[in-house]
Amino acid sequence: MTAHAGEGLRADVVVERGDFRLEARVTVDPGQVLAVLGPNGAGKTTLLRTLAGLGALTDGTITVGQDTWDDARAGTFVPAVDRAVGLVFQDYRLFPHLSVLDNVAFAARARGAGRGRARREAAGWLARMDLDQVARCRPGELSGGQGQRVALARALASDPRILLLDEPLAALDARTRLEIRGELRRHLPAFAGPSILVTHDPLEAMVLADRLFVLESGRIVQEGTPSAVARRPATDYVARLVGLNLYPGTLTNRTTGRVDLDAGGSLYAAGVGQVPDDDTATLDAVTGTSMLVVLAPSAIVVHTHQPDAGSPRNKWTGVVAGLEMLTDRVRVAVDGRPSALVDITPAAVADLCLVPGQAVWLSAKATEVIAYPGRPAGSVGATWTATVNPWS
Amino acid sequence: MGRAPWPLAVPAVVAVAFLMLPLAGLLLRAPWRDLPRLLVESQALDALRISLTTASVATVISLVLGVPLAWVLARAHFRGRSLLRALVTVPLVLPPVVGGVALLFALGRRGFIGQYLDQWFGITLPFTTAGVVVAETLVAMPFLIVTVEGALRSASLGLEEAAATFGSRPFTTFRRVTVPLIGPSLLAGSVLCWARALGEFGATIAFAGNLPGVTQTMSLAVYQALENDSAAAVALSLVLLVVSIGVLALLRDRWLHPGATL
Repeated sequence: MTAHAGEGLRADVVVERGDFRLEARVTVDPGQVLAVLGPNGAGKTTLLRTLAGLGALTDGTITVGQDTWDDARAGTFVPAVDRAVGLVFQDYRLFPHLSVLDNVAFAARARGAGRGRARREAAGWLARMDLDQVARCRPGELSGGQGQRVALARALASDPRILLLDEPLAALDARTRLEIRGELRRHLPAFAGPSILVTHDPLEAMVLADRLFVLESGRIVQEGTPSAVARRPATDYVARLVGLNLYPGTLTNRTTGRVDLDAGGSLYAAGVGQVPDDDTATLDAVTGTSMLVVLAPSAIVVHTHQPDAGSPRNKWTGVVAGLEMLTDRVRVAVDGRPSALVDITPAAVADLCLVPGQAVWLSAKATEVIAYPGRPAGSVGATWTATVNPWS
Repeated sequence: MGRAPWPLAVPAVVAVAFLMLPLAGLLLRAPWRDLPRLLVESQALDALRISLTTASVATVISLVLGVPLAWVLARAHFRGRSLLRALVTVPLVLPPVVGGVALLFALGRRGFIGQYLDQWFGITLPFTTAGVVVAETLVAMPFLIVTVEGALRSASLGLEEAAATFGSRPFTTFRRVTVPLIGPSLLAGSVLCWARALGEFGATIAFAGNLPGVTQTMSLAVYQALENDSAAAVALSLVLLVVSIGVLALLRDRWLHPGATL
């Protein structure tokens, strides 16, 4: 369906409900997929519901193409029924009393199309999505993965101006998730309008989205391409999701690349302000600039004795706080200045005889330490100044 | 399922006896041979026709008026909704004969509405078949409202929301989504309403009287027969019993299952 091609979404969303305040400025170009990543309670679903017209703005505006859907100050509000939004609900919300075919034909019927035409079009969508064999089934007879695909087909078949997906893979088991992620990867680019995908799975965002917003406590704390966000997380939440150590600090020596960390300790970073794989790398990092420092757990080496001089520039001590077996490696949490997560092989754990409470030395090459100016806005600062410790 | 402990088993057996013995008595006393003659003489067919027609019309009226009211009680937000719900269910607990008397004072020829019906439109309801319908509707509609409202409350709002995002207007959503979803409860409520209307006695006799061929329903006919000819009363009762068992059979799957919504 290309009836609405070329329309972008611009939303300046402020929603207040009790103590909760959601504030997000979102623009999505036609054909673009925006992922909104955030923990539970961050306001992701509220954002989608507001865009869909199931809730009103407290302040701000929502426009699609030339049409204003919501303008709190002007008193404009277009209800959901008139917005033509394709919303894929987290729990699918298929109509249990209708066949799969009639579910997909529902929007056309509701907008006045005859049964025959609506069904023919719906059958076309089912064929396109490889669902023709379940066309006569009731939703109750479908597997979770099929239900999700039918929900997507129903949303796409409604000829929406924008497509909204609320945690499309959350209710699926790991294997089905893989399969449906592939399906979405195939079908989302075919949609000509703006799409927004809400998720708390960074992998989903990486695979499906062109752009990524990180929403925490009702605010967008970071935006960028998924890979840039993953390499340079701005908050503890994202750093944990992608498995990185993240330290806020202050650049104290531009020449040596020394960053004093807010939570104690310091790290030397080679090439401060030049982030690999980033085109906007010319950053004005001068002494005194607030920095974020990331360090991959695999880039840190654990020693039971002080490492030799002349080896990596970053060396510090700590105490083993815990060990966790990941699929092929062991993640060691070390309390120190700074605290860090370190990934080592099971063999190394045995060789080093690592146990909780043991004092260790850590080292990391300056070339592995990535520092970039940054500090997320305002209120969330308090949450990410804490050091990374998954056991705390 | 284990064996029932005796403090439960004994009262249960007594309850079964209590519920079943009167029916057994009815069947034992039934004048099987004279049945056709008795039914003809006691104008049973007229009474049955009036009973079935009025109960059915009362059920249709209850559906047309009661389902929207149930929707309003379950979905609309306004001040005094709880009060309205309480008022609506008053006829549920009110002795039907009181309801009939109340109807007489409201819709009777001297009633505060009835006098205008009479003066302006020439409509009199008391002691007419239409009056029977009114009396039955008053008593039976709350059963439908309560059943349907409960179903609407437990039906998922999420599906109606989904329908709205696909461009379905509220009334279309009501027809295409809500009604099918509450279908079983709607059926159960209708049957319950119909059975209640069929068995109505107090309100009918107070408001519509007991005129054979006009307002005499089966229940009234049984009552009248009991005073003159008990054999005829038994015969009429048997007919009502058959109708009730028919209703029971219809309800068996939908309503009598444990956990089904009332």
